[in-house]
Amino acid sequence: MTSPVAFLGLENRGLKVMFPEKTFATADHNTPTINQHLPVQDPLSANQLKALETNSAKYGISHWGLGNPKNGIVHVVGPENGITLPGMTIVCGDSHTSTHGAFGAIAFGIGTSEVEMVLSSQCIMQPKPKKMRLNVNGKLGKGVTPKDVVLYIISQLTAAGATGYFTEFAGDVFRNMSMEGRMTVCNMSIEMGARGGIIAPDETTFAYIKGREKAPQGEAWDKALAYWKTLQTDEGAVFDQEHTYNAADIEPMITYGTNPGMGMGITQHIPMAAAAGGSKASYDKSLEYMGFHEEEAMLGKKVDYVFIGSCTNGRIEDFRAFASIVKGRKKADHITAWIVPGSHIVEQQIKDEGILDILTNAGFQLRQPGCSACLAMNDDKIPAGKYAVSTSNRNFEGRQGPGARTLLASPLVAAAAAVTGVVTDPRELLAD
Amino acid sequence: MAYDKFTVLTSSAVPMPIENVDTDQIIPARFLKATERKGFGDNLFRDWRYNGDDTPKQDFVLNNPIYTGKILVAGKNFGSGSSREHAAWAIYDYGFRCVVSSFFADIFKNNSLNIGILPVTVSPAFLDRIFTAIEADPNAQLEVNLPGQKITILATGESESFDINSYKKHNLTNGFDDIDYLQAMKDEIQTFAAKSMY
Ligand code: SF4
Repeated sequence: MTSPVAFLGLENRGLKVMFPEKTFATADHNTPTINQHLPVQDPLSANQLKALETNSAKYGISHWGLGNPKNGIVHVVGPENGITLPGMTIVCGDSHTSTHGAFGAIAFGIGTSEVEMVLSSQCIMQPKPKKMRLNVNGKLGKGVTPKDVVLYIISQLTAAGATGYFTEFAGDVFRNMSMEGRMTVCNMSIEMGARGGIIAPDETTFAYIKGREKAPQGEAWDKALAYWKTLQTDEGAVFDQEHTYNAADIEPMITYGTNPGMGMGITQHIPMAAAAGGSKASYDKSLEYMGFHEEEAMLGKKVDYVFIGSCTNGRIEDFRAFASIVKGRKKADHITAWIVPGSHIVEQQIKDEGILDILTNAGFQLRQPGCSACLAMNDDKIPAGKYAVSTSNRNFEGRQGPGARTLLASPLVAAAAAVTGVVTDPRELLAD
Repeated sequence: MAYDKFTVLTSSAVPMPIENVDTDQIIPARFLKATERKGFGDNLFRDWRYNGDDTPKQDFVLNNPIYTGKILVAGKNFGSGSSREHAAWAIYDYGFRCVVSSFFADIFKNNSLNIGILPVTVSPAFLDRIFTAIEADPNAQLEVNLPGQKITILATGESESFDINSYKKHNLTNGFDDIDYLQAMKDEIQTFAAKSMY
């Protein structure tokens, strides 16, 4: 989305892409999620998609455009195809590039001038960030997912709490987490202000990468593996900040305000401004936008839209979780649900695993991959004043459409809202 | 991108004492579809600035003619959210050359420096003093001195020094950017790349 101007910059200076073989392109932000075989309706979106295609061809970059079987959201397809590897430095003109930190890569989002810089030199100049370690130890309770863990951490640190830092996620909760879950967590490190999040690679990481298309094979694999095993934080390393949380304190989370730090356990009440930190005026503005009041409960609030997808929760595990609640139930009549896989590969998995049947039987429809309602650049917009339980990563004013009201939550909370029509504790609907 | 050199800027300022102004407010995503860099200033703070029918919202500061100038003074944690450089372009295109706050989001700060906007981080107390000065006189002049790394409220003479990376300072005062610098290092980059496993 931000690349056309970067390519224009190269052209104006007469520069080339220095290492096209180390550069990948995929269309995601403004792709439609229905009828992808038809020409894109919105002329501006069509223009941008076309520009990406033309520029990729011109500079020799592999491009997975609409209709390509590998197309999908950049932060889903990178790992899925073995492009994302431990020890790499990965940048992309998108702040959620932090997702790739789940593999022990240094990954962060950059602006257009920086995209131009990387294309033309494969280098990027950055001020050195400070270091923060976030430990979560213990065992997560029933119905508590990686999304809840990261929403919990952000609610503790605030949306700006890690600004200026790179964060490492450590402790048994992350050691025991799947790669999909780790990606969800690192994805949202930017929502606490951090440039990126990182998790040391381990056997779970290596097993995920092995055999993927672009991953090293044979001898190269052995060599890579030996290197990857060294990518651990040294014993006794000193961090500029360190916080430790207890897994048992985390319940399914939901946000009530207009930044991701305004989150709470789903059974709690909206905190008073004083307890939430920050200025009272900003807090009041936020609650007014949401149509909420201090000390209200969130459980039982009416929901209009449900969105499952995005680079935060658009992977197969997320749809499995969603299906675990939806199975044998029906979509609530007044709910509009957008179910959007993060990539074509995820879409295929949903079909192969029988999840599509579960969704269809419950009255849901599966859409085609893309960013969709996460940022409402395509037609998937939440109308003004409506409430959406969304598995995406930002609840800013207007993020999902002008006037839209976003409640960020996990796929389980989204599923519970989709079948009951109100904010519901998913633990009540989960089998033991 | 070529931008104007930044040395000493003296101007009145537009006050926006709101915290956590995120990039979706600065420039909503639906305006990101351009394939050029021009024209974003019209949509700066679009949803705060205009009603649904495109009429200006009277109570928004940019629609208040008593506030003008090339400096935007904003509350804590300005520019959080997405990496869209469009946010910085919109601010530049609107006519601001400097944003003053007590705290900036990282990516926004880098983006601004890369396109010729100076983000000035001041203490919360000094930020309050600036807001107070503008409240007393909407035309209150601020002097932002980049070579001297100092910001002054001219009416009261109060000033504070600010930090900036020396390399970025050099670029801004000369109108250079990082690409010019990196192009001069191509050989070193090739040598390094030959050793890399990726
Ligand atoms: S899904 Fe949302 S956050 Fe992720 S890349 Fe797309 S727009 Fe950005």
